[in-house]
Amino acid sequence: MDIFLQQIINGLVQGSIYALVALGYTMVYGIMGLINFAHGEVVMIGALVSITVTSTLAAAGMPIGLAGLFGLVAAILVCMALGWSLERIAYRPLRGSPRLTPLITAIGMSIVLQNLAMIIWGRNYLTFPPLLPKVNFEVAGAHFTLVQVAIVLLSAAMMSGLVFLVYRTKLGMAMRATAQNPAVASLMGVNINRVIAAAFVVGSALAAVAGVMVGSYYEIAHYQMGFMLGLKAFTAAVLGGIGNLAGAMAGGVLLGVIEALGAGYIGDLTGGFLGSHYQDIFAFVVLIGVLMFKPSGLFGEKTGDRA
Amino acid sequence: MSDILLEAKAVAKHFGGVKALQDVSLAIRRGEIYGLIGPNGAGKTTFFNCMTGLYIPDGGGFVFDGQPLKADAPDRAAERGIARTFQNIRLFGNMTALENVMVGRHVRTKAGVFGAMLMNAATRAEEAAIRQRAIDLLHYVDIADRADDLAKNLSYGDQRRLEIARALATEPKLLCLDEPAAGMNATETEELRVLIEGIRKDGTTVLLIEHDVKLVMGLCDRVAVLDYGALVIEDVPAVVQKDQRVIEAYLGA
Repeated sequence: MDIFLQQIINGLVQGSIYALVALGYTMVYGIMGLINFAHGEVVMIGALVSITVTSTLAAAGMPIGLAGLFGLVAAILVCMALGWSLERIAYRPLRGSPRLTPLITAIGMSIVLQNLAMIIWGRNYLTFPPLLPKVNFEVAGAHFTLVQVAIVLLSAAMMSGLVFLVYRTKLGMAMRATAQNPAVASLMGVNINRVIAAAFVVGSALAAVAGVMVGSYYEIAHYQMGFMLGLKAFTAAVLGGIGNLAGAMAGGVLLGVIEALGAGYIGDLTGGFLGSHYQDIFAFVVLIGVLMFKPSGLFGEKTGDRA
Repeated sequence: MSDILLEAKAVAKHFGGVKALQDVSLAIRRGEIYGLIGPNGAGKTTFFNCMTGLYIPDGGGFVFDGQPLKADAPDRAAERGIARTFQNIRLFGNMTALENVMVGRHVRTKAGVFGAMLMNAATRAEEAAIRQRAIDLLHYVDIADRADDLAKNLSYGDQRRLEIARALATEPKLLCLDEPAAGMNATETEELRVLIEGIRKDGTTVLLIEHDVKLVMGLCDRVAVLDYGALVIEDVPAVVQKDQRVIEAYLGA
């Protein structure tokens, strides 16, 4: 029983990171029907920027908590600029071209960013400075750390912020209007280019936070970390119904829990033949299953209300 | 300030071999209700689409409020003060009536991405003003009681009213209504007539595309008739009604 509870907790933590990243995929898809496969790389850049800034400031004698905060803010700003540039340079010129073209460009941008990061930060694993004191909690035999608590709380806060932005602000209203009918939205005075750019910028800000979370959770970061994370988050978005905000959040958390439970029990289930390092197969089994049996995802019925 | 609000200068638009608009020139004066009529396929909606930037004309252009109107920039046209409704209603169905109108306020407000993310005092005040103005507009078109219903759940007549409210939210100098009375019964059409007259009285110039000849003749100060993409006549209703070419265009004689 305690392994069950333990894996649920681990799954929630991992899942809230997936959810943050999945939101970036789903917002862009909802507004312009593009799957931005370079989104995982934005997460990676966020993690690496925050390592550099945090370690530099900490080495200069700043308290680690404060340095970490600066690192987070720097990561957010860099990633927002990166998301904006991606849209401006790679995707906007391809607006109106066949769907496959921007998709291939997205994969290309992902490779470019990975290599760029490798040139800047090197090919070795970088240690992520511990931002929070190592405090352990125990509930009913399951253990969790302060970092895990912080990840879940911060994710929840970011997601509520996004929901507020999309459903309560003028920008969010413009995003939803654009998702439903770009031509009419522009006739009502909405600048479509600006709305699309905003979706990239906001999604990238979430990705930056996710990057810092992954980094401080595993205490490690490197130039390829965004690839698998990006695929998993994409899976989460598809699971929830791509283009749907609630779907991305639910899909992320659900995928995290499925994966954690799978990893926890796979040894028992296969008589020790497969170990927990095979946990990745669960995400992709889920992806294939969703695509086969419910391609629209869990929340995918309402195709109209996408952003 | 010129008396002319919108001037079309030899606007032409072809779709393949079909000449949807052939050198159409007309002028809409400030403060008038201007009717644009013609049989099906005469090019009325094409004219609208060229004017609002949805289509790029193949020839000619528009001067609006003393400045040329840039083609292919619908959001700029809205910013300049042209708003429209659609022949086939195009609301944001999965947003509430109130939210639909709030989208229309977009162009008259400033806060951007950072404002929305930081929610500073100026942004919050602006959001509140947007909401209040949208509520006022729903009252204006008399559907305030449906504010929180999804647009797709409104009745047909209310959806037409909502489209007008959304267009008015952009504070247009020129309001273009594309067949607003289509599918309406006599009572609804009469209510619409009162609404359009009210809008004009409040200072907005109205361009009306309409099939209902009776409504157009009763409401408009001047009327232009299109047939096969060409302008037949532009004059006051009394003259247009008696024009032999117009009668032929409508009766196909």
